Amino acid sequence: MKPAPFRYAAPRSIEELLALKAEHGDDAKFLAGGQSLIPTMNFRLAQPAVLLDLNTLPDQNFIVETSSGGVRIGALVRHSDIETSETIARSHPLAHEAIRFVAHPQIRNRGTLCGNLAHADPASEMPAVMLALGGRFHARSAASDRWIDASDFFLSIFTTALEENEMLCEVEMPPLPPGSGTCFLEVSRRPGDFAMMGVATVVSLDEAGRCAEARIAYCSAGETPLLAPGVAASLAGEEPDETALLNAARQAAEEIDPPGNVHLTSAYQKHLVAVLTGRALRTAFARANTSASQ
Amino acid sequence: MLEELVTVSTVVNGKHYRRVVEPRLLLSDFIRHDLGLTGTHVGCEHGVCGACTILVDEKPVRACLMFTPQADGHAIETVEGLAEENGELHPLQEAFRDKHGLQCGFCTPGILMTMKAFIAQHPKATEGEIREALSGNLCRCTGYQNIVEAVRLAVSRIGGSS
Ligand SMILES: Cc1cc2nc3c(=O)[nH]c(=O)nc-3n(C[C@H](O)[C@H](O)[C@H](O)COP(=O)(O)OP(=O)(O)OC[C@H]3O[C@@H](n4cnc5c(N)ncnc54)[C@H](O)[C@@H]3O)c2cc1C
Ligand code: FES
Ligand code: FES
Repeated sequence: MKPAPFRYAAPRSIEELLALKAEHGDDAKFLAGGQSLIPTMNFRLAQPAVLLDLNTLPDQNFIVETSSGGVRIGALVRHSDIETSETIARSHPLAHEAIRFVAHPQIRNRGTLCGNLAHADPASEMPAVMLALGGRFHARSAASDRWIDASDFFLSIFTTALEENEMLCEVEMPPLPPGSGTCFLEVSRRPGDFAMMGVATVVSLDEAGRCAEARIAYCSAGETPLLAPGVAASLAGEEPDETALLNAARQAAEEIDPPGNVHLTSAYQKHLVAVLTGRALRTAFARANTSASQ
Repeated sequence: MLEELVTVSTVVNGKHYRRVVEPRLLLSDFIRHDLGLTGTHVGCEHGVCGACTILVDEKPVRACLMFTPQADGHAIETVEGLAEENGELHPLQEAFRDKHGLQCGFCTPGILMTMKAFIAQHPKATEGEIREALSGNLCRCTGYQNIVEAVRLAVSRIGGSS
């Protein structure tokens, strides 16, 4: 249970970091919070020859509101910073609600949002949250600089659209639509465990109180976080009464086809999809109503 | 620049240390083997059990999930730093003794460090909040009941609630 030897650098600028990454390529790994990487190194499942530590980079611990009402989150923002950010609690309550389901306080004090997204564990909460919010990811290497939509970012288990030398340097959450409400719910075996099933919902109401738009994303439902566009399409234009919610729950369990795992069967996960979808939508619509009446 | 050996300056329980280490040295092993502070326990070495929890800049973290160079320039507190120099126990330790909050004691240092930071942030914590805050620390002996009671007693003594 000890990591294999590696060479280490703690660069003082992003440019220096990206130059080192370009030089060492696949041999080098970024070290952010270390809360996923170090366990795999302790098991020697990962044996990178070079570790490039992000923790000494200046100015990467930012949470800033954009002029359009979105929020940008830097590479060194820890889960616990999101938990305590008043800006995020106000602007993106979905992220604020979900982050407390990520691991334990001790892990949240080190783990970073960007590291969590780059790691792309399909059981992780925040990738599903970013899909539901329509987040955008800023990727940089020594040779490139681009933005990737959340819907194009997660390719497979632990696999993202990041190229070999790209670093995820920030994430942007766009503003929520007017008249919207959100809700994150999950079922896990113990507090802090990865989700057995989790759902992130964003809904908005039109002036007549009908569903204008819904985005519903799941974690632990497949190889990547998954959206349920069929359920969203059926809800659009509907009045979100009990019948519509029950139909949405039933439809979600048809649309989402979780694989099951050692802890639970696919059938039980489907049951959780239905129950959590109904509950999360009910809460999200109620919150949308409150925000509309304010 | 890439280094095979790194110089680390850190303050542990108020005392300065400067050592040259291999970067792969886990902070938990640095504390135990290099500094001889064996109160920080090591259970799982993958972040699950919480036995190795220490405070870095007053925040509880897993010592087994940090490399020693990452402690450079940071202040660490371990269970050895809790009691006064004259041996007088910290109120949390006192409460654990009063409520029989430990049996073998393996999990205790990690729980004490986690709870020290928790009570500082939640001086009026309820039992529900205490139980949630304890969820990142496994205990194989007590069944948790006396740990919860000890923390409740410590909260009432330190934070002033009932
Ligand atoms: C006991 C335990 C329980 C946990 N429970 C949960 C849970 O319930 N839900 C959950 O979502 N997570 C959970 N985690 C994982 C935790 O959230 C991690 O913090 C997170 O997955 C990784 O973030 P990190 O900053 O620690 O990244 P690291 O561990 O430092 O890195 C992870 C991977 O991403 C790469 N990387 C890191 N940062 C970047 C970047 N900016 N750009 C490009 N690549 C990068 C690294 O090279 C590495 O391959 C748990 C971890 C532990 C130890
Ligand atoms: S030894 Fe660090 S969490 Fe178990
Ligand atoms: S007292 Fe023995 S593990 Fe907790």
